[in-house]
Amino acid sequence: MSTVTAVVVGAGHCGLAMSRHLAARSIDHVVLERGEVANSWRTQRWDSLRLLTPNWMTRLPGRIYQGDDPNGYLSAPQVAEFVAGYAAASAAPVVTRTTVTAVRPGGQGFEVETDRGRWHAHSIVLAAGTTRSVVPPVARRLPDGIVSVPAIEYRNPDQLPNGGVLVVGASASGAQIAEELQRSGRPVTLAVGEHVRVPRRYRGHDILWWMDAVGILDERWDEMDDLVRARNLPSLQLVGAARTLDLNALQASGVRLVGRFAGVRDGVTQFSGSLTNVCALADLKLGRLLDTIDARAGGRGERLEPTAVRRTPLGIDLRFGEIRSVVWATGVRPDFSWLDIPVFDHRGRLLHDGGVTCWPGLYVLGLPMLRRRRSTYIDGARADADDLAAHLLDHLGAGKVLMTREAS
Amino acid sequence: MTITSTPIENGVNVEALLDARAAFADNPEIAQFQWRSSVTWVNGTHSRSDVESFYGFADEQVHHKSFSLDADHPLQFAAKDNGPTPVEYVLVGLGACLTAGVAAVAQQRQIQLRSVKATLSADMDLHGILGADPDVRNGFSRVSVSYQIDADATPDEIRAIVAQSQKRSAVFDVVTNPTDVAVTVV
Repeated sequence: MSTVTAVVVGAGHCGLAMSRHLAARSIDHVVLERGEVANSWRTQRWDSLRLLTPNWMTRLPGRIYQGDDPNGYLSAPQVAEFVAGYAAASAAPVVTRTTVTAVRPGGQGFEVETDRGRWHAHSIVLAAGTTRSVVPPVARRLPDGIVSVPAIEYRNPDQLPNGGVLVVGASASGAQIAEELQRSGRPVTLAVGEHVRVPRRYRGHDILWWMDAVGILDERWDEMDDLVRARNLPSLQLVGAARTLDLNALQASGVRLVGRFAGVRDGVTQFSGSLTNVCALADLKLGRLLDTIDARAGGRGERLEPTAVRRTPLGIDLRFGEIRSVVWATGVRPDFSWLDIPVFDHRGRLLHDGGVTCWPGLYVLGLPMLRRRRSTYIDGARADADDLAAHLLDHLGAGKVLMTREAS
Repeated sequence: MTITSTPIENGVNVEALLDARAAFADNPEIAQFQWRSSVTWVNGTHSRSDVESFYGFADEQVHHKSFSLDADHPLQFAAKDNGPTPVEYVLVGLGACLTAGVAAVAQQRQIQLRSVKATLSADMDLHGILGADPDVRNGFSRVSVSYQIDADATPDEIRAIVAQSQKRSAVFDVVTNPTDVAVTVV
C-alpha cells in the first residue's frame, strides 16, 4: 500500500486544478485517473459538440486559453488537448489507467482501492465528473425494435436508423442533438420539460460574458434563496456557436415539439400537457435574467419573441414506425457507486456544503453550483479548487494538532 | 415622516410550509401522504362521496369535519342533477389547486393579492364516452384556465406566479400526466 497525503479522483479540469492548488500548498498527492487525462472529453461527447462557454472562459489556475479565437468555442478534442497540456505543464502527479474501485475510511484517513493497488490518504478529493446518464424509467417501456441511446453515448446521426427520432430533453444537449438529427433528414420530435432559455448574444456580447460581467456567475451557494433548485436547474439551452438555439429556432428548422415524455401505454407515448407552461416558465425566467443584466449594467436590450407553442400530439403510436429511435438527453449525474462512506441522503445523493462533505477530509469538486454559479463551467474550477484546497490544508493542520495531543 | 410598510398577507402560512419542507429533509418518510374518499351510489347517476380522513406526517389524520359531496349528471342527460358532474369536479379540483398555489406563491414572493378569479373550461367530444367513435378519447380534449388577478405586481410577476403555481400543482400534474390507477373489486 502506498501512502500519500491527498488522493484526487479524476484527472479532468477539476482534478488538475485541485492538483495545482495542492502543489502550491506543498501537499503531496496523486491524481488517479481511470483512463487518460480529460477522459470524458475523449469518450463521452458527440462528434460535433463544442463547449457552451466562449474560449476566453477556458481558464484554469495558471493557464488561460491563448489561441487566436477568444470568442469561439472549443471542440471536445480541443478541450482534451487543453486539459492534457495543462496536466503536462503543471507536472501533475497523474496516475492514468487506474480505476478507483472503492474509497472507505481506513487508518488515519482513507483507504483507496484501485484496479492497480491500494493507497492510503489523509484526504480525498472527488473530481470524477458527471459520467452517468440519467435515463427515466419510462425508457424500459419502449416497444422492442426502437433504438434507445443516452446522450453520452450519442456520437453522430449515422449511429441511428433512418426515420423519425424522439429526442427527450430540451436543454443544451437535447436541443443540439435535435437540431443535428433534423438536419440529417430524420424528422425529430422533441419532448420538452423544464428548460432554461437564453440568447447566445445579448447587447453585443455573449450571454456568458454578461453573466460574468454583472456578477451572476459569482453568486455563492451559501447565499442562494433556494440552493436545491439552483443546483438542479437544467443546463442553459445553448450551442457552442454564434447563434441562438431555442425552441423557436428548432421549430423553424422543422423540429416538432411535444410535452415532457411521461409514459408509454399500449405502445403509445404519453406526453405531458404542460408544454405551454414550461415554455412560459422559461420565457419569464429569461425575462428576469435580461432584466437583471439591464438593471446592473444600465440600459435595455432587445427581448426575444415568446416561445411559439402550437397544439401538439399528446401521444405517438410507437408500433407503426413513425419513431425509429429515441435519444435521452435527460441529464447526467456523478457516479459515486465506489464511495463507501456514509455521506449520502436517503435517495443516494452526495451531501456536501460547498464541496465539503460531513466526513472530515472528504471533498467533492465539479458539480453544478458547487460553490458559485461559475462552478458549473470549466471556469469555476479555479476558485472552487482554491477554496477547497485551503479547507483541506486546515483539515490536515487540525489532524496534526490532534495527533500531537494524542501522542503527548 | 415615517414610512411604514404593510405586511403582505394573503392568508397563507408560508413559514409553516417551509418548515414542513425542512422537516421532510430530516425525515423523508413523513412526506408520504395518502388522500382518500369513499363513494356510495344513491340512485341513477347520483352518488355521494365522503371525505374525512387522510394519512400523512407518519400518522392517521382527519379533517376537522367530514365533507359530503353529491355528483350527478344534468337534466339534459335525463338525470336528476343532484350535483355537479364528475368531470366538473375535476375542473373544481384543478381550479382550486391552482388558486391555492397562486396565493402561496404570491405570499412567498411577498406580493399582496387583492383579487384572484379564474374561469375554467374543458372541451369534450361525447363520441368518446358513448362509444360512438373509437378514435375519440373519453376525457377532455382540451382544458383552458383563464386568470384575472389584481395584485401589487407587474404583469410579468403575475404571469410568473401563475406559471409557478402550475409547476407545483398536484392536480395540474394529475391532469397533464399519466397516473397508474388500480381499480379492484373485493
